[in-house]
Amino acid sequence: MAAPETDFVVAEEDTAIPPAEPVALSRGRIVLRRFRRRRLAVAGLVILLFMFALAFIGPHLNSWGYKDKDYENFLTGPSATHWFGTTQIGSDVYAQTLRGLQKSLVIGLLAAVLSTGVAGVVGATAGYFGGWADRVLMWCVDLLLVLPSFLILAITSPLFHGRTWLLFVILLAAFNWMVTARMVRGLARSLREREFVTAAEVMGVHPLRIITRHLLPNMASLLIIDATLNVGGTIIAETSLSYFGFGVQPPDVSLGTIIADGTDSAMSFPWLFYPAGLMLILTVMAVAFIGDGLRDAMDDAAGTASGSGAGAGS
Amino acid sequence: MGPFLLRRIVNYLVLITIATCLGYLLAAASLNPREHFAQRQPPPPAAVVDRTLDALNLNDKTPLPERFGHWAGGVLTGDLGRTIDDSPVSAEMGRRVGVTVRLVVIGTATGALAGVALGFVSAIRQYRPSDHAVTFLSFLVLSTPVFLLAVLLKIGAVKVNQAAGTTLFPYTNETTPGLSGGWLHHLTDRAQHLVVPTLSLMLGQAALFSRYQRSAMLDVLGADYIRTARATGMRRGPALVKHGLRTALIPMATLFAYQMGLLLTGVTFTEKIFGWHGMGEWFVDSINRADVNAVAAMVLFTAVLVLIAGLASDLAHALLDPRVRV
Repeated sequence: MAAPETDFVVAEEDTAIPPAEPVALSRGRIVLRRFRRRRLAVAGLVILLFMFALAFIGPHLNSWGYKDKDYENFLTGPSATHWFGTTQIGSDVYAQTLRGLQKSLVIGLLAAVLSTGVAGVVGATAGYFGGWADRVLMWCVDLLLVLPSFLILAITSPLFHGRTWLLFVILLAAFNWMVTARMVRGLARSLREREFVTAAEVMGVHPLRIITRHLLPNMASLLIIDATLNVGGTIIAETSLSYFGFGVQPPDVSLGTIIADGTDSAMSFPWLFYPAGLMLILTVMAVAFIGDGLRDAMDDAAGTASGSGAGAGS
Repeated sequence: MGPFLLRRIVNYLVLITIATCLGYLLAAASLNPREHFAQRQPPPPAAVVDRTLDALNLNDKTPLPERFGHWAGGVLTGDLGRTIDDSPVSAEMGRRVGVTVRLVVIGTATGALAGVALGFVSAIRQYRPSDHAVTFLSFLVLSTPVFLLAVLLKIGAVKVNQAAGTTLFPYTNETTPGLSGGWLHHLTDRAQHLVVPTLSLMLGQAALFSRYQRSAMLDVLGADYIRTARATGMRRGPALVKHGLRTALIPMATLFAYQMGLLLTGVTFTEKIFGWHGMGEWFVDSINRADVNAVAAMVLFTAVLVLIAGLASDLAHALLDPRVRV
């Protein structure tokens, strides 16, 4: 009993050292520490990591590919060979669902990062320069308000039929950046008045360099939070479009197409529908919790972000 | 107040015009009506297809500006063109608009009210179990895309009907076909049909509003004027409602306009899944049929509804916040 006790004392002495010597914690450390205290956010992160693992490692655990067909099993329930059962044409639901999850995750992630990137650059440009650039941006945002992006994407969907799905990602991002850009613009306008920007201007730093080196890094937390929350939004947008056949095209699958195929038989053959539905809800919810936790953890900048977001409509 | 609203209306009219034109141009550029005819069995001769496409102003051999000019000229005189099956778009639209509007109006109103009430309650009871429950449930609903929510509700309705032994909540169509009986019977039938589709729109709406209302209300709770009101001897409830809720409702007015587009997207799924023959269903079918004029009509309809929501939110904003009325 003696050994653990001495260990314990040593450990206590170790943890007691930092307060005695007040080392400033780096911002990343502070955020990480605050984030770890949010149970829901940590749970969200664990779920999301699990989903990624499932989507990329999961398919290798089972011998069926998402394009394979088992001509001896049509519409059979979950079993040892087909973990989530089979479809009307003998496809393995487990393989298909994981392939769909993979597609939805990758598309959501790429489109979200792309859209936040565009929003950051455009919003900061508009906010920093003001004038006509600013007015054009506001018009785009107002136009988006009148014309929901779902309609635009659905209308333009025939353009990427038979082309690569990367085009779909680009279009998803292209009609998603406007509202964030508005928040970034608000933030950029207030940052523009700060001393370090004035100092840079006086020293003759190029405007583009001011935007990339001084404005954008100062909104990093807003952009990170926004990109995270966007992942959920773009996953919903992608699955919604795919549900109607306007998104991911067969033979490839996404969670949206799987749910669409399973809808009619959800009552009699639940395995066609519930795995994909459950994964979709869990993923989007995990992302939402992470975003929320990040917002709380990066509190100082989030205050301005939500403030300008609420007032953005007038 | 008058000049303020007038300015907004002019602004919205310009936006509607641009949005509709953009919608038509996008649809005309990306949809391919020729393919729709080519897929017919037996395939009609090319000359016939050309003649039909010309008559419908859908021929891709006509330059886009010319087609656009023809369409825009028609719209200005109130003619929205013809569908790909050669029936007037306006007539079809007239049939369908009512269906969608019924769904949207009831869904928006009940959803926004429920959301505001939930947000209010969870803010004044912050960190109590009720607050946690509302927060978690709204996260759950917001993470569920409308199509999934609608299908789950449909399954739920089937279960309830089975348990009740009768069709308590019918979930397809707007009315029971071939129904006889008095107007009261018809009214109850319609109301029963409305429940499940409305829920699918309302839940998302309520979840969104409750999140925003909660944070707006929390900002207001600590305000000095609430303390002043309490200090004058006002009880907590009336002080919170009269002074707190009114202020906290102002950002909701803005949100109301913002989420209209979202709601109209949701309507598309609700109509398609519950078999309501409204604008949303028509939109999806029209894209699959490459029916450019019908798609443009849906864009126009959406833009007009968003304008109405925008005006309503401006009006609510002005009523709630005297500073706007200048």
